[in-house]
Amino acid sequence: MNMQGLHEKKEGVILSVRNLSTSFFTGSGEVKAVNGVSFDLEAGKVLGIVGESGSGKSVTAYSILQILTHPGRIVGGQVLYKGVDLAKFSQRQMREIRGEQISIIFQDPMTSLNPTYTVGNQIGEAIRLHTSRRGSEVRDRIVELLTLVGINEPQKRADQYPHELSGGMRQRIMIAMAIACEPDILIADEPTTALDVTIQAQILELIQKLQDELGLAVIMITHDLGIIADMCDDIIVMYAGSIAERGSADDIFYNPHHEYTKGLLHSIPTMEKTDDMLIPIAGSPVDMLAMPAGCPFAPRCPSAMKVCMTDMPEELEIGDGHFASCWMNVKDMVMAEAGEQHE
Amino acid sequence: MTDKNMQDKPFKKSPFSMQMDLSKFELASDSEKAQQDVMRESTTFFRDGIRRLSKNYLAMGSLIVLALIVLLITIAPVFVPYGYEEVIRVDGKRDRSLINLKPFTWSEKEQEAIDQGEKLFPHIMGTDDLGRDYFIRVLYGTRVSLIVGLFASLIVLIIGLLYGSISGYLGGKVDLFMMRIVDMIYSLPDMLIVILLAVVLEDALKERIAGTILAKVGVNMITLFIVFGLLYWVSMARLVRGQILSIKENEFVLAAKASGASTGRIIKKHILPNCISVIFISTALQVPSAIFTESYLSFVQLGVKVPMPSLGSLANAARNGLQSFPFKLVFPSVMIGLIVLSFNLLGDGLRDSFDPKLRK
Amino acid sequence: MLRYFLKRLGLALVTVGLIMTITFWAMNAVPGGPFEREKAPEPRVKAVLEARYGLDKPIGQQFVMYVGNVLRGDFGISLKTGREITTTILTGFKTSAKLGAMAIVVAVFFGLIFGMTAALFRNRFPDRLIIFLTTFFVSVPSFVLATLLLLVFSITLGWIPVWSATDRHMLLPVIALALYPMSYITRLTKSNLLDILGQDYIRTARAKGVAGWLIVVKHALRNALIPVITYLGPLTAYILTGSLVVETVFTLGGLGREFITAILQRDYPLIMGTTIFLSVIMIGMTLLSDLIYKIVDPRITFS
Repeated sequence: MNMQGLHEKKEGVILSVRNLSTSFFTGSGEVKAVNGVSFDLEAGKVLGIVGESGSGKSVTAYSILQILTHPGRIVGGQVLYKGVDLAKFSQRQMREIRGEQISIIFQDPMTSLNPTYTVGNQIGEAIRLHTSRRGSEVRDRIVELLTLVGINEPQKRADQYPHELSGGMRQRIMIAMAIACEPDILIADEPTTALDVTIQAQILELIQKLQDELGLAVIMITHDLGIIADMCDDIIVMYAGSIAERGSADDIFYNPHHEYTKGLLHSIPTMEKTDDMLIPIAGSPVDMLAMPAGCPFAPRCPSAMKVCMTDMPEELEIGDGHFASCWMNVKDMVMAEAGEQHE
Repeated sequence: MTDKNMQDKPFKKSPFSMQMDLSKFELASDSEKAQQDVMRESTTFFRDGIRRLSKNYLAMGSLIVLALIVLLITIAPVFVPYGYEEVIRVDGKRDRSLINLKPFTWSEKEQEAIDQGEKLFPHIMGTDDLGRDYFIRVLYGTRVSLIVGLFASLIVLIIGLLYGSISGYLGGKVDLFMMRIVDMIYSLPDMLIVILLAVVLEDALKERIAGTILAKVGVNMITLFIVFGLLYWVSMARLVRGQILSIKENEFVLAAKASGASTGRIIKKHILPNCISVIFISTALQVPSAIFTESYLSFVQLGVKVPMPSLGSLANAARNGLQSFPFKLVFPSVMIGLIVLSFNLLGDGLRDSFDPKLRK
Repeated sequence: MLRYFLKRLGLALVTVGLIMTITFWAMNAVPGGPFEREKAPEPRVKAVLEARYGLDKPIGQQFVMYVGNVLRGDFGISLKTGREITTTILTGFKTSAKLGAMAIVVAVFFGLIFGMTAALFRNRFPDRLIIFLTTFFVSVPSFVLATLLLLVFSITLGWIPVWSATDRHMLLPVIALALYPMSYITRLTKSNLLDILGQDYIRTARAKGVAGWLIVVKHALRNALIPVITYLGPLTAYILTGSLVVETVFTLGGLGREFITAILQRDYPLIMGTTIFLSVIMIGMTLLSDLIYKIVDPRITFS
């Protein structure tokens, strides 16, 4: 794969996740971290996955790459990459995908880099694994990549250890490592959470720039709706392992159809909002070991109904490509139909 | 939420929505919500630890084994009619064939006595080379080894706890100085110093304690405790200090200070309960270490005073005539192994169940 | 780095000084002094002793003389045999060092292998077997283990000859010595490796497409080795004190046997000499392992 090929306008669905379920089999029981998640990622687009900690967004990403840690494993569903089901791949087969076709960067760049090797060595490892470059070619590529991610004095930095670099620089190193073999998809798992606010914007800008230049498809995972508002084409809102709502960024921001999405939007601080308009979501996330029978958000939901307590809502298409799993939508529809019948 | 509903069959056209009971769309009450919010039953730290421990079969098994051993060494001597230092006599006479009997066998004279209708207690583990019942000696040896282990651990615990908490709590220069001393003692080769002190103290103390109750325990045991008190507390002191330092910075201690609590009260009420589990585990693991040290000293004949047996000295004595009487090595060895293994497994189990760092 | 080295060296020297003080004090604490036993030494020996130790001089001066002698490598002469202690120690140490070195190599080598195996096969059969066996091995004192090995392999099975004066078999003594530290290293390696395999940078390596075994060898093992290096000091101490008894059980004429005999006979100068000699080796190994540790871990070396 060369740069030329990458710059070609790519279209269509490149990654299609179908009904993915991943569980952790702990001593206290099965934790359904991801429970029947489906979505599509289009080539060259940015997909945001939003949710609070424990909602299953990171586990979804790790499931795609099969880098789950013990005792977690995929229990069902498909991960179709260019039409091929990665979920059926062996670890050996997956090694050809990881870093070469699909890359990932993580939340904490400090702990995500091996402290005992220089950063150049760690970037070089990815290059040597997936390309035929050797010797000085690898070195040249490392310097090229470091320049690309905006690191000054790349020659010197390549020979430094992670602990000698700042947090922002480390995350740039992680990004350089991820794009080293020109992948199709970059998964960014809360790439800015561990960084200073000023650095956060720089890193997001860098990801956007690279996405543009390299034609990457990006899956942006975050717990903060605010920071991805401008960069995502589509957004998925996850809660307790399931998708609460998914749609285009405009759908999610201006036409939310799930009480949880609405709650999230209310809790984003913005310049316009005054303090009393900032409404936190009450309660705490569900205990994944003891999932309620109905909608997992029901106990915290301000408009929870009786049905929410007993039955899980099914996904309902609100508009073109806009889906939500909330009984409120069913109620509205039923009420409307009932109204029609009355007339 | 299933796949087919999402793509092929938009919900809008589903006829089943017509049949929905509208009452289901009434708002749920708070109590209904609360009911739905199933949480795992909240447990205390201690109760949760006990629950985990009771599920750890190895640890529970070890606990049972230790309990059985303790029961055995307290009750069995009441039933066994022989003393640990008693050379067995039949009808008041010594019997040459009574030495080195195999388990559950009788000497000639004993056999005669039995033939005449006398009831004798069997030699469950045979007899030793002086004609003493081996079973009772192993029991007493176990007693000695266990007591030494527990007592030494207790000494280590007390000194280490005091030293470590003072050093950790005071901090600053005092802490630095106190820890330098610990570093120094820590880098001493403990076993060599133990042997050296044991040699010297044995000679030095022998006359001074003659005639007192201490003489019965034996100089070497006192030496052993002195040595433990001098050397082995340093790990415990480090552990306690580390715990206290890490907890001291916590906000709840600051809160206690702000509300005017005294130093002693802060240590007792706020710091100790937080590190107690780690300290307890470390103490449990100190017991086998002390038993090892005692058996080692017994091997170089610096252990308990004869004729008092310990498991180490019994195993050591069994090396003579190993070829003919291997069982004399096997019984005390199995006993040491069983005790140490049980303590190790129990310690591991306790750590898995109670160490806050290992819990999720 | 140099500062750290000097600091550690300083602590080591202080410790050696402390040991010399303790031995000197200990010997003087013996009622009647270390050289007055039930049987008075021969006049010739006594004369040498008085000259060497300055027994007629005040105690402070005696200590200075004693330290001076030790620093020159002169530990005096044995009360029982009248031989130079330095010679006795060096001769005996040849056997002990050979035995100890082999035991250390065996313990580290197999400890690492078993530890890695247990970590990679976590909760499966190899792991359970290894953990079961190592738990067992750390529960039996080395001399008991040595005697049991002797009983089983030499006496009962007759595979390995015992007590042959010419051909001294090191196999059983090495096993008896190495089992305990090997088990310790196994458990240490396993828990470290598991800890490290759960680190974020291992996930990064996996996400890069690095193969499983390569992750262990390149990314995990190096970091898992660090605690093993710090264990080298205590390991040496264990092996040396352990060899004291193991040599006796297998009647290998090493330093251990000399030491035990010296204890039984209350040959104080020999006890003092051996204690100081072994302590210096142990402290030296601890110093060495500390230095290697600093070199292997770049986080400390460069900051």
